[in-house]
Amino acid sequence: MKRVFGVVALAAAVFVAQGASAQTLKQVKDRGVLNCGANGQLAGFGLPDAQGNWSGLDVDVCRAVAAAVLGDAKKVKFVPLTAKDRFTALQSGDVDLLARNTTWTESRDTTLGLNFTGVNYYDGQGFMVRKSLKVNSALELNGASVCVQQGTTTELNLADYFRANKMQLKSVTFADADQTVKAYDAGRCDAFTTDASGLYSERLRLAKPDDHIVLPEIISKEPLGPSVRHGDDQWFDVVKWVGFAMVDAEDLGVDSKNVDEMMKSTNPEIRRLLGVEGNFGEQLGLTKDTFYKVIKQVGNYGESFERNVGSGSPLKIDRGLNKLWTKGGIMYAPPIH
Amino acid sequence: MAVESVGAQQPARVAFYNDPKFRSIAYQVVLCVLVVLVIYAATTNALDNLQRAHVASGFGFWNQAAGFDISQSLIEYSASVSTYGTAFWVGLLNTLLVAVLGIILATILGFTIGISRLSKNWLLAKVATGYVETIRNIPVLLQLLFWYNAVLKALPDIRDSTKFMGSFLNNRGLFVPEPIADPRFGWVGAVFFFGIVSAIGFYIWARKRQMATGQQAPILLVTLALVVGLPLVVFLVTGMPLHFDAPQVGRFNITGGLALQPEFVALLLGLSIYTAAFIAEVVRAGILAVSHGQTEAAYSLGMKPGPTLRLIIVPQAMRVIVPPLTSQYLNLTKNSSLAVAVGYPDLVQVFTGTVLNQTGQAVEVVAITMLVYLCISLFTSLVMNIYNSRVKLVER
Repeated sequence: MKRVFGVVALAAAVFVAQGASAQTLKQVKDRGVLNCGANGQLAGFGLPDAQGNWSGLDVDVCRAVAAAVLGDAKKVKFVPLTAKDRFTALQSGDVDLLARNTTWTESRDTTLGLNFTGVNYYDGQGFMVRKSLKVNSALELNGASVCVQQGTTTELNLADYFRANKMQLKSVTFADADQTVKAYDAGRCDAFTTDASGLYSERLRLAKPDDHIVLPEIISKEPLGPSVRHGDDQWFDVVKWVGFAMVDAEDLGVDSKNVDEMMKSTNPEIRRLLGVEGNFGEQLGLTKDTFYKVIKQVGNYGESFERNVGSGSPLKIDRGLNKLWTKGGIMYAPPIH
Repeated sequence: MAVESVGAQQPARVAFYNDPKFRSIAYQVVLCVLVVLVIYAATTNALDNLQRAHVASGFGFWNQAAGFDISQSLIEYSASVSTYGTAFWVGLLNTLLVAVLGIILATILGFTIGISRLSKNWLLAKVATGYVETIRNIPVLLQLLFWYNAVLKALPDIRDSTKFMGSFLNNRGLFVPEPIADPRFGWVGAVFFFGIVSAIGFYIWARKRQMATGQQAPILLVTLALVVGLPLVVFLVTGMPLHFDAPQVGRFNITGGLALQPEFVALLLGLSIYTAAFIAEVVRAGILAVSHGQTEAAYSLGMKPGPTLRLIIVPQAMRVIVPPLTSQYLNLTKNSSLAVAVGYPDLVQVFTGTVLNQTGQAVEVVAITMLVYLCISLFTSLVMNIYNSRVKLVER
């Protein structure tokens, strides 16, 4: 009979584990650590160094949420996910939050059961080719072999672009980003395609980065952002507003260095952001000084950008569209009010 | 003399729940009910969870446009018009292609190596031993990556392709002229079919005659003449109705002709070579299982070595070989799902990879894929079991 009880116990375990999915905030607090789905292979967005310290623009999202919820930006367990596995990992509850340079699309927002909490990088898809091919435009790629990673919007955009321009496509698809880049580097394909930010990042990994150029065409809109599961509005709000607060902080000139001084500021917007006035953190089910902790430990959006992908990083990507709305970009966050 | 009849001794009455028969049935009923309950609970639970998270469910995605490209397809497929359903068939056919060719190659290679390991030639036997011990002790995934990277690295770049007889070899694959049949080629096909049918007929007739009279007929020669010779004559008579579409060097790639992609070659080589090592051991075991006395008995009846092997040793060895050989075939088929590592568009790569990711319907897609592998494996088992029942020891 013991065996039968075992079966019942197992079935019960399956039930309990799956039953509670609507209280992510409580679960994270009880667990004391945030499970965050990250890239793990993309410099600038999510990559652990030799000591296992993760860094990147998406990694900072996870750290900011951990700082807000648990008070410590280090209390994050990063789960490296491939493009193909990332949604299943989020849907099944393996991770609380997915911050893995993921494009916000209609179908992902609906049928995949995800809620995108905002955009932390406005990107677009581009191509990289060998200089020796003497190709100056993506429109000259008729009949070319293109290496592409599986399970990405990239795969669909690629087929769309070649179809729309009546060009012949020979795609070679890999599950893994590393293998895709390796195959391109070995000459299996004429071109390699991914989001433009990714092209700059991957180029650094090629045997001879200077032999390759990124073509000027951007063939798609790729708003990248973190996402959470459907059906947990509280958690959705937390992640969403942590992101907004980082952009608002940059907007208001608050950064990790001057945040303590800013506590004395008379500007009501800054006072609300840092929790000196009002109870905006508490409305999220957190503490008053939630955003203060985020900015103190992780910094504002601009700091995170420059540190990971901008001028302070090896990628040296121009901020372009990702500048604040006041500076010619489209990065804009609703007010904390 | 008091004789008590044995029948009068009534068996002691036991409570029904102590009756072993009742118990065994009751346990099985309880277990069945529990299994059904668990499956039911898991299904409804999964459905509830999906519904709560507003994840789409059902099989409606099957007829939606796929919109992605697949690098190798045996059937008509294009990103613009094909559906996820078509993508499934493309992936399945690619899996079957590599599995069937892999089984054939692995069998040939495995039998050769297995017999070589028993050879009296010292060098041959040692080389075969080295092969088996090296190959079967390295994980198959590593071997696939090795073959893929070895193939890519060793071959020339597309602009320095090796050319021979109108074919091109480079790191994009092997491109050979594609034979294209003219209308008159139909005659050759018809005669070829006729040749096969009549060869089978001749074989049956020859067997019957041998059974009845003991006379042997030259089966091999007649079969060759019917299946190869006759169509060849027709081919020449109708004026060689076949032309070749030669591959051409384009701006980026080679167009036209038949292309053999490195992903496919790497997967086929990797799987065949790996599985052949196991088949070799199975074959060696099978042959060693036949007592040497059988060979001596055959020789003492005056049989030559060839017929001895063919009629005495192999039929007995097959009894031992076939069941484990079936397992190896199944392993090869299932291992083909590692294609995903080398970019070959098999069922797992296309369907459980891209389609799953685009639709997000993990439960349905994974269930379909598992069902398909189950069907392929059960079919392979069925065929091999039928063959096994023909070669196994007939007990009287």
